[in-house]
Amino acid sequence: MSADTRAQRRRAGVRLWLPGLWLGLLCLAALAAPWIAPHDPLAQDLMLERLPPAWVGGAEPGYWLGTDSLGRDVLSRIVWGARIALVVALIAASAACLLGSALGLVAGYFGGWPDRVVSRLVDVWMAFPPVLFAILLVAVLGAGLHSVILAIAIIDWTRFARVIRAEAMVQARMDYVHSARIGGAGRIGTLLTEVLPNVLPSVIALLALEMGVAVIVEAILSFVNLSISTDDPTWGSMIAEGRASIHFAWWVLVFPLVALFLTVLSFSQFGEGLKDRFDPVLR
Amino acid sequence: MADLFEVTDLHLSLPDMTAKPLIGAAPRIEILKGLSFTLPEGKVTGIVGESGSGKSTLGRALVRLLEPTGGSIRFAGQDITHLPEPALAPLRRDLQMIFQDPMSSLNPRHTVGRIVAMPMKRFGRGGSRAEVAAALERVGLPAGFAARYPHELSGGQRQRVGIARAIALSPRFILADEIVSGLDVSSQAQVLTLLERLAAEMGLTIAFISHDLSVIRRLCAQVIVLQHGRIVEAGPCERLFDAPRSDYTRALIDAIPLPEIDPGWLGREVVQT
Amino acid sequence: MTACLEILGLDAAIRRGPRLLRNVSLSVAPGEVRALVGESGAGKSMIGKAVLGVLPRGIEVTSGDILLEGQNLGALSPGLRRRTVGAAAALIPQDPLTALNPSRRIGPQITDKLVHLLGWIRARADARARELLDEVRIRAPERVMASYPHELSGGMRQRVLIAAAFASEPRLIVADEPTTALDVTVQKQILRLIAELQARHNTAVLFVTHDLGVVAKVSQSVSVLFAGKVVEAGPTEALFRAPAHPYTRALMAATPRYTDPFASLQPVPEAVLAGLRAEVAAEDAAREARNG
Repeated sequence: MSADTRAQRRRAGVRLWLPGLWLGLLCLAALAAPWIAPHDPLAQDLMLERLPPAWVGGAEPGYWLGTDSLGRDVLSRIVWGARIALVVALIAASAACLLGSALGLVAGYFGGWPDRVVSRLVDVWMAFPPVLFAILLVAVLGAGLHSVILAIAIIDWTRFARVIRAEAMVQARMDYVHSARIGGAGRIGTLLTEVLPNVLPSVIALLALEMGVAVIVEAILSFVNLSISTDDPTWGSMIAEGRASIHFAWWVLVFPLVALFLTVLSFSQFGEGLKDRFDPVLR
Repeated sequence: MADLFEVTDLHLSLPDMTAKPLIGAAPRIEILKGLSFTLPEGKVTGIVGESGSGKSTLGRALVRLLEPTGGSIRFAGQDITHLPEPALAPLRRDLQMIFQDPMSSLNPRHTVGRIVAMPMKRFGRGGSRAEVAAALERVGLPAGFAARYPHELSGGQRQRVGIARAIALSPRFILADEIVSGLDVSSQAQVLTLLERLAAEMGLTIAFISHDLSVIRRLCAQVIVLQHGRIVEAGPCERLFDAPRSDYTRALIDAIPLPEIDPGWLGREVVQT
Repeated sequence: MTACLEILGLDAAIRRGPRLLRNVSLSVAPGEVRALVGESGAGKSMIGKAVLGVLPRGIEVTSGDILLEGQNLGALSPGLRRRTVGAAAALIPQDPLTALNPSRRIGPQITDKLVHLLGWIRARADARARELLDEVRIRAPERVMASYPHELSGGMRQRVLIAAAFASEPRLIVADEPTTALDVTVQKQILRLIAELQARHNTAVLFVTHDLGVVAKVSQSVSVLFAGKVVEAGPTEALFRAPAHPYTRALMAATPRYTDPFASLQPVPEAVLAGLRAEVAAEDAAREARNG
C-alpha cells in the first residue's frame, strides 16, 4: 500500500516537472517572443529560401532551424506561433471548462429536469463530428482568432459536462454530502464546499487536456486556412506549408510538428500529474 | 416522559432505476409499508433488521434526507413529513446523524477541524479552534487531530470524529446508522462505550440502527424489529430478548453466534422466514 | 495421522517494507477446522493467501515452509505448484458478489476448475456441479446453473461458492471470512452448510474470521493473531474455557454478548496493547539476531 503510494507519487513528480519544463519554456517564448526570436517571423528573403537547420551542410549561421520556402526563419515562427497557440489554449479551454463544468455540476448534483436538459443537449452536441462542426462554425463566424476561440469553447464544453456530471452524481450519493445537509448546509453551499473540491482534480486534469486539444484544433483550423491571416505564424499554417516541401525541406514540416506534439503531450501529462498532486490521499 | 418522535402509518417508496423503461417514469418500490411508533425523549431506541428490511430508509426519513410518500412524522410536536428544505433548515441542528461508513461521511478533502467546525459555524454554535478542540476532547481525541485528514485516521478514530460533529451541535435527536458495523471488535467496544457515556451525560435521544442485536442489547432501552418494511415487534429491550413474541425476533436472536462453546448450536434449525 | 496443511515459521513482508507475517506456525489435520482469528491488519487473510499462492503484488514470503499433504510447496516450480495447490485446495471467498463473474452463467463458473485444471469431461463436471448444488440445498440446480450471479440473493451466491469450492474434492479449504457480508440468519445456515460438507468429505478447513462467536461455533482449533504473529493457539474448547494470553481475554471481553451485555463490549486495555507491541518488537529483534 505505502510502497504503491510512494511509487505513484514519484510518477506524479516526473509527470509534473518534465511537461512543466516544456510548458514553462513555451510560456517564456510566447511572452518574450519579440526579444528572443532571432528574426522577424514575417520577414521574407527569397535569397535565403529553404535553408537547412544549423547542423546540416549548406546552413547559414543564425538560422538554427532553417528557413521555409519564402526564406522566413522557422525558429522565429515557432516562437511567435507559441504565442497564438497558448492564447488559444488558455482562453478557449478555460471558457469550455467553465461552461461545461458548471453545467455538469448542476446536472449531476441536482439530477431531475436540469440533468435531463443538460444530458439531451450533450447528446445532440456530440452527434456532430467536432472538427467539421468547428470548420462550420468558423466559416459562419468568419475566420480569425476570436472565432477559433469561440468555436472551441462552443464545441468542447460537452467534454467537461459529461465527465463532471458523472463525478458529481457519484459525489451526490456520498454520505458526506448527506452529512453536510444534516449539518445545515444549503444545496448550493453543499455543492461548493463538498462536491466541487472532490471533482476539482478531474476538472484540472481535463482543463490541461483540453488546452492540448485546443492547440490541435487551432492548428487544424489554420491548416485549412480558417484561423488568422496566412502570413501570421501559427503552427498549423506552418505544417500546411511544410507539407508541400516535405521531400526537399523536411525541417519546415518537422519542427512545428514536434513543437505541437510536445505541447499537446505535455498538457495531458501535466494534467494527470496535477490530478495526483491534488489528491490528499496520495499527498 | 414525552415522545420526541411520533410516527404514524409511515409509507415510503423509491423509484426502481433498474426496472426503468426506456421512456417514462421508473416503477416505484415500496420500502416502508406503514410504520407507526414513537421515540421517547432521552432514550436510546434500537432499530434492528436484516438487509432489505428498510431500516436505513426509515432512519433517513426520520432526519428527512428522504421525503415520505405517506403517513406522518411529528418531531417535537411539529409535522415534518413534507416540510420543504428551507422550512427544515432551522430544524436541522436538532436532527443529527452519524453514518455507517465514516470514510465516506467525512469529506476526504477537508481537515477534521473543518469537518467539525462547519456545522457549528452554520448554526451559530461557535466553531472556533478552542471549541473544536473541546468537541474532539469529548470523544477522546487529542486537539491536534483537528489538523489531520480523514484518511490519516483509524476506523475507530474516524467514527469518533463523526460523533464529535453530531454532538457539537447539542442536538435533540441523533440517528446512528450502523455506526460500528465496519469496525474491529476492540474499536467497536470503544465507540459504543463512548456513545453510551455521551447519551447518559447529555440525555440524548438516539435511534440506533443495527443489524446486530447483541450490540443493541447493551445500548438501547427499547427495540423496534423490522422485516420487509414492516414492524414485526417492538418493546422494551429486556422483554424482547427474554421473551420475544415473534418467531422472526427469536430467529434473529438464536442466529447470533455467542463467543462460548455450544456444540448443539449449529445443529439447531434456523426458523425460515 | 499426518497433517493436511502444515505451516512452519512463515514470514511475509512488503518488498523492502514492513513485516506482515511473523514466524507463523500452525497445522490443520484432515477433517479439522482451524480458525484464524484477529482484528484487521492481523494478517489472518494473508496466511490463507500465502497457502493458495495468491498474495497481492508486492508482498512476498521471505522465509518458512508451507507443506500441503506433506509436499513442500516452496520446492515446486511455479507451474507445478499452481497445479498441486489447485488440485488439493480451494477457496471460499468473503464477498460472494465480486467472487463471481457477473457476465457469465453460474454453471460454467463452478465447473471451470474441474474441466480446465483437472481435465474432466464437460458432462461429468456438470453432473458433479448438480450434485454439489443439491448438497448445499439449492432446490433447482439446473435453473441456478443457468442463471447469472445478479439473479441470486447473497445467501444463494455464497452457497454456489461453497459448492464450487467442494466440487473438486479438495483436501483443504481456505474459508476467508465467508459469512462477514451476510445477515445473521443466513450466516448461520452457511456456517452449518460448511460444517456439514466439511465433516462428510473429511476436509481440512482454514477458517479466517474476525468473530470469536463464529470461532466458538465452527472450529476445533484456533490461532489468535496480532500483527502477523500467533499470540495464542490451541484447541477451541480449551481456549474458550481458559484463555491464556491477555489479548485473547481482551478480545473475548470486547465481543458483544446479549446474554451478558454489561460484562461484554469492554475496550481492549492499553496495557494489553503495549504488551503486544513489546512482544512483536521482541519477535522482530529475534529475527534480526537469527539473520545476523
